[in-house]
Amino acid sequence: MVYAKNHLRWVGVVLLLMVLLSAVTIWSLMAGEMKIPFNEMISILKNHSGMEYAVLTNIRIPRLLLAFSIGGALSITGAILQGIYRNPLVEPYTLGISGGAALGVALVIVSGLNLKLGEFMLPVAGFAGAFVTIFIVYFLGIKRGEININRMLLIGVMISFIASSGMMFLMSITSSDNLHSIIFWTMGSLDEPNNMLVKTMVFASLAGLFITIMFAQPLNALRLGEAKATNLGINAALIIRILFVVASLLAGLCVAVGGIIGFVGLIIPHIMRSIIGSDYRILLISSFLGGSIFLIVSDVLARTVISPNELPIGVITGIAGGLVFILVLSRSKQKSVL
Amino acid sequence: MNKDYLKIENLICGYDNFYLDSLNFGIRKGDFAGIIGPNGSGKTTLFKAITGELKIKKGIITLNENILTQLSIREKARNIALVTQQTDPVDISVEDYVLMGRMPYRSDFQFFETKEDFEIAEKYMRLTDVFRFKDKLMNQLSGGERQLAGIARALAQEPQLLLLDEPTSQLDISHQIHVLNLVQDLNIKMGLTVLMIIHDLNLASEYCDFLLLMNEGKLWKKGTPVEVLDYRTIEDVYKTVVFTQENPLSKKPAIFLVSNKIIAQSKKHE
Repeated sequence: MVYAKNHLRWVGVVLLLMVLLSAVTIWSLMAGEMKIPFNEMISILKNHSGMEYAVLTNIRIPRLLLAFSIGGALSITGAILQGIYRNPLVEPYTLGISGGAALGVALVIVSGLNLKLGEFMLPVAGFAGAFVTIFIVYFLGIKRGEININRMLLIGVMISFIASSGMMFLMSITSSDNLHSIIFWTMGSLDEPNNMLVKTMVFASLAGLFITIMFAQPLNALRLGEAKATNLGINAALIIRILFVVASLLAGLCVAVGGIIGFVGLIIPHIMRSIIGSDYRILLISSFLGGSIFLIVSDVLARTVISPNELPIGVITGIAGGLVFILVLSRSKQKSVL
Repeated sequence: MNKDYLKIENLICGYDNFYLDSLNFGIRKGDFAGIIGPNGSGKTTLFKAITGELKIKKGIITLNENILTQLSIREKARNIALVTQQTDPVDISVEDYVLMGRMPYRSDFQFFETKEDFEIAEKYMRLTDVFRFKDKLMNQLSGGERQLAGIARALAQEPQLLLLDEPTSQLDISHQIHVLNLVQDLNIKMGLTVLMIIHDLNLASEYCDFLLLMNEGKLWKKGTPVEVLDYRTIEDVYKTVVFTQENPLSKKPAIFLVSNKIIAQSKKHE
């Protein structure tokens, strides 16, 4: 059959990424200050006791799950936003989502609410900040009942600037302890003591993947632009709204849980495009898996490079991601990036 | 038998500073109609009103007695297909691009194309002669090849009405003729109703059964090429001196442009 050709290749890519994901999963459980050999891992997990068991279940598995879900979620958000904005440079953070979240967190730290009410205030404030930003971008982006995506993009960028200035203001008036907390949060970390948040993040990222894959075909049509997609029978205006809301809520949640982990949403979709092409039916799932793999590897590096100390994960994703991206871009034969 | 297939009645539609002023016309099934007129005369605005990209302020557009604004987006896409001036230079393969024409026939959430979709796409790729490079990306094609792929995609929509918005304006003469001959063939053999915006008056004269001349948001003149392409009308609307003659082979009017230098010289001789 003529039409089996592409789909076989897709299955191959997904399988390959799954194998890679399994490999880095095992590696991330083994590596760290305490080395846990692979062949002992199953018996450790069965025993329900001992130092190794505690390290695995309290530290490594939650971190692994977070890296998996945040990496995947940020990548599909990037892929979606680049598609609906038809702009290869858009990523979840361009829209001011991270700026809004960071400002929310900074406000809580400066006002000391996290000390009074508990550390869970930080992700709550992060998500609230992201949510307010999304709300502003969305409603200011609608003019006369019609959504204007370029307008939304510009408003998002402006909100980023305003939020970062607001944050600098807060940082300049606060104590050095608070300053340290703010900076630490901004750099991003997968260290999350709250199991409930880890579960929420895993569930939300998988749900996000499922929902957006449903919209793969309309996303393909949107690559021709809103007007042309409409001429192909796609309700482009509605689908852009739905995808914007889903993508930004997902990004907001990622920032709230993991802090600002840059570059993943920008580079992973691009790398996947240059490998497998830009059909959203394969791009979304491969971006999710690719993002998961990338963030799991970055997390292992962050934990082990200067062990026993830990690097902020944003440092690794920025450097490694940037280098990989330049390499892929310079080798790519295709002219266009979208 | 004389019933209008596409009918536009009292259409008012446009922007703050420009709008179509009570447009009225109809074209019959199987017609090959051309829209001509200077830049800014409302040709593309009219197309946007038909496709629904622009909201209609007043008036009614019917296609085969269905009121267009009452059709769903999907139903509209099954009836009307549009080929634009430049077909998208995207990194989508020709085959996938043509397959997009089948979207109005699927649910948004249907993940894979059906066997029928592939058969229909192949049929129109062969008809437009783009099948031989179906695996090439759209942005690797020449402008002419891309226009053919654009027509194949439009045909895969199996529309009742094919709209062409200056499909040849970026092509050299051999590709212009190639594309227009193909459209003419589809019009004659498949009975496809064609409405085409075209700037080149000679091509409009040669290919279209009748012409709609637009100016300043109004329908200025309507009729066969012989009736519309009168030199006085053209000079009036385009504010340009032209010279017309009958094409000896097709018996259609041919339009010649004259430069200022020649005009000055000819005045001297008088």
